[in-house]
Amino acid sequence: MKPPRITDTTLRDGSHAFRHQFTREQVRRVTAALDEAGVPVIEVTHGDGLAGSSIQYGFSRVPDLDLVDEAASAARRARIAILLIPGIGTRKELREAVRRGATVARIATQCTEADISEQHFGLAKELGMEAVGLLMMAHMISPQQLAEQARLMESYGADCVYVTDSAGAMLPWQVAAAVRELKQALRIQVGFHPHNNLGLGIGNCLAALEAGADQLDGSLRGCGAGAGNAATEVLAAVLDKAGLNPGLDVFRLMDAAEFVLAPMMPFQPMPDRDALTIGYAGTYSTFLLHARRIGEQLGLDPREILVELGRRKAVAGQEDWILDVALDLVRQKQAAVAS
Amino acid sequence: MSANGKVKVAILGSGNIGTDLMYKILKNPGPMELVLVAGIDPQSQGLARAQALGLRTSVEGVQAILEDPEIRIVFDATSAKAHLRHAKVLREAGKVAVDLTPAAVGPYVVPPVNLGEHLDVPNVNLITCGGQATIPLVHAVNRVSPVRYAEIVSTVGSRSAGPGTRQNIDEFTSTTARGLEVIGGAAMGKAIIILNPAEPPIIMRNTIYCIPEDDDADPDRIRDSVKRMVAEVQRYVPGYRLKNGPHFDRRETPWGERTVVAMLLEIEGAGDYLPTYAGNLDIMTAAARRVGELIAQHMLTGAVA
Repeated sequence: MKPPRITDTTLRDGSHAFRHQFTREQVRRVTAALDEAGVPVIEVTHGDGLAGSSIQYGFSRVPDLDLVDEAASAARRARIAILLIPGIGTRKELREAVRRGATVARIATQCTEADISEQHFGLAKELGMEAVGLLMMAHMISPQQLAEQARLMESYGADCVYVTDSAGAMLPWQVAAAVRELKQALRIQVGFHPHNNLGLGIGNCLAALEAGADQLDGSLRGCGAGAGNAATEVLAAVLDKAGLNPGLDVFRLMDAAEFVLAPMMPFQPMPDRDALTIGYAGTYSTFLLHARRIGEQLGLDPREILVELGRRKAVAGQEDWILDVALDLVRQKQAAVAS
Repeated sequence: MSANGKVKVAILGSGNIGTDLMYKILKNPGPMELVLVAGIDPQSQGLARAQALGLRTSVEGVQAILEDPEIRIVFDATSAKAHLRHAKVLREAGKVAVDLTPAAVGPYVVPPVNLGEHLDVPNVNLITCGGQATIPLVHAVNRVSPVRYAEIVSTVGSRSAGPGTRQNIDEFTSTTARGLEVIGGAAMGKAIIILNPAEPPIIMRNTIYCIPEDDDADPDRIRDSVKRMVAEVQRYVPGYRLKNGPHFDRRETPWGERTVVAMLLEIEGAGDYLPTYAGNLDIMTAAARRVGELIAQHMLTGAVA
């Protein structure tokens, strides 16, 4: 095993827990703290990527390109990454993100749909960016199918492809099998992005590492969608104990989590009843707060909404199906009462 | 015009879209007579099917169409790149082009919203499948209360998204967003597309969100307008169904806390050639047939029926 490269996604995945309400001041402080602790890549974007600000996903308080600006000026050593989900963001926003100081493009698709990302990888490379592919909801297909999709991203110019456990539904041996398959199939690097819905965030990172992963994602306090991610400060401590610290300052990261991020956090994501349901049912982690809001509005248990979304095989980005499922459930209940 | 008092039309492009359109026109020709299907691939299944149905076919592409002066309307189901070339030669030959590609040479049309304004132009464009599906309902809200912001999410089954859509996904979002503004009437439009790989494939779904300019717009009038528009679209797309909504919600937006109208649509294809889940393709061919019908009628009578 070798020390992995760490990307911190507090300011992107954490955007979900903050309901996309990050301020410039918050972004500057978190970026500076991560930078000082030696984190090499910091991802900053709306939770659903560039142009994610919408009714579907929630509007940003501050336009995400302005937050990229802020982070780029606050970081001395760290590089700034953005997320782009084709179908939501376009090359237009990617060009603008580069002008604002982003140098790493993370391009994410549903794990079966890599071929919608060709034009975005093409532009990222043309603009001289490092290009990282994320195959989301990786639990839905076999390691072999995942490797086929990863090869497409490699052919478009990706420098690394991530096994992305968007539902926090994968068990350690499933993570290891997927990473191993990608390592064999690709010449480029392989990464792993965890969610902690089953309490396996850190454990799955270790499984990925043992299977040969080159890159891992974390977020301070695990701040992210669903039950959040692997906590960057915990990951740093664990890697250090394993003799695999890639140059992170463990104490500084602990302080960043405790004294910088925690006081800003609206709540601490964890595998509570609803987030655990997401991991158990295999649905997209970002559905959590939307399902709670709509459940409350229509008098439904978020768990029954989330389980039904899992049954319907909703994929990444399908937040509109939450309302659809909820309205169907209300109608079913009314019909049951009437009869 | 042919001896039987019908307007002669041709289909250019013998792929999935062209073939489905062929079946739709043959099933319900109205004032049109389909006389030619032109492709470029001699192995094409679409051309073989056309021949089997007794239609004239050609592998010479647009050339065969140009050689027949009686053809008045041409449905172009090729590609945006090819259409740029076709548009020029068809116009020079005095033929009307109904463009199913994203080339957007001519004005955007959505039959129940604005086709009446473009019955005399040489080229009309059908925007995108997401645009054909959602613009009618944005217009339905907009005619009650001007729409400040319209956002749509189109979800299509992976199997019904061909390589053209996949390689040009940015063009889908930008063209659809523009259609929401130009034809739907929204001051600002945004479009999102999602591909869902579930098996069996999901039926095409569209979610339309509108923020009316007037926060106190009458929900009953909006409901009524939407209901009438759904019925209007159903005249040419029978599988067009409002599954849920209009649902009225209060949301935080860049314009403060506002009323958001959500409408959840399902579009089941007619299954003329393409499978019924591919409502995204069905609504394009159904809209094209409807546009051809109305333009042909206009050619014959000089008025819309």
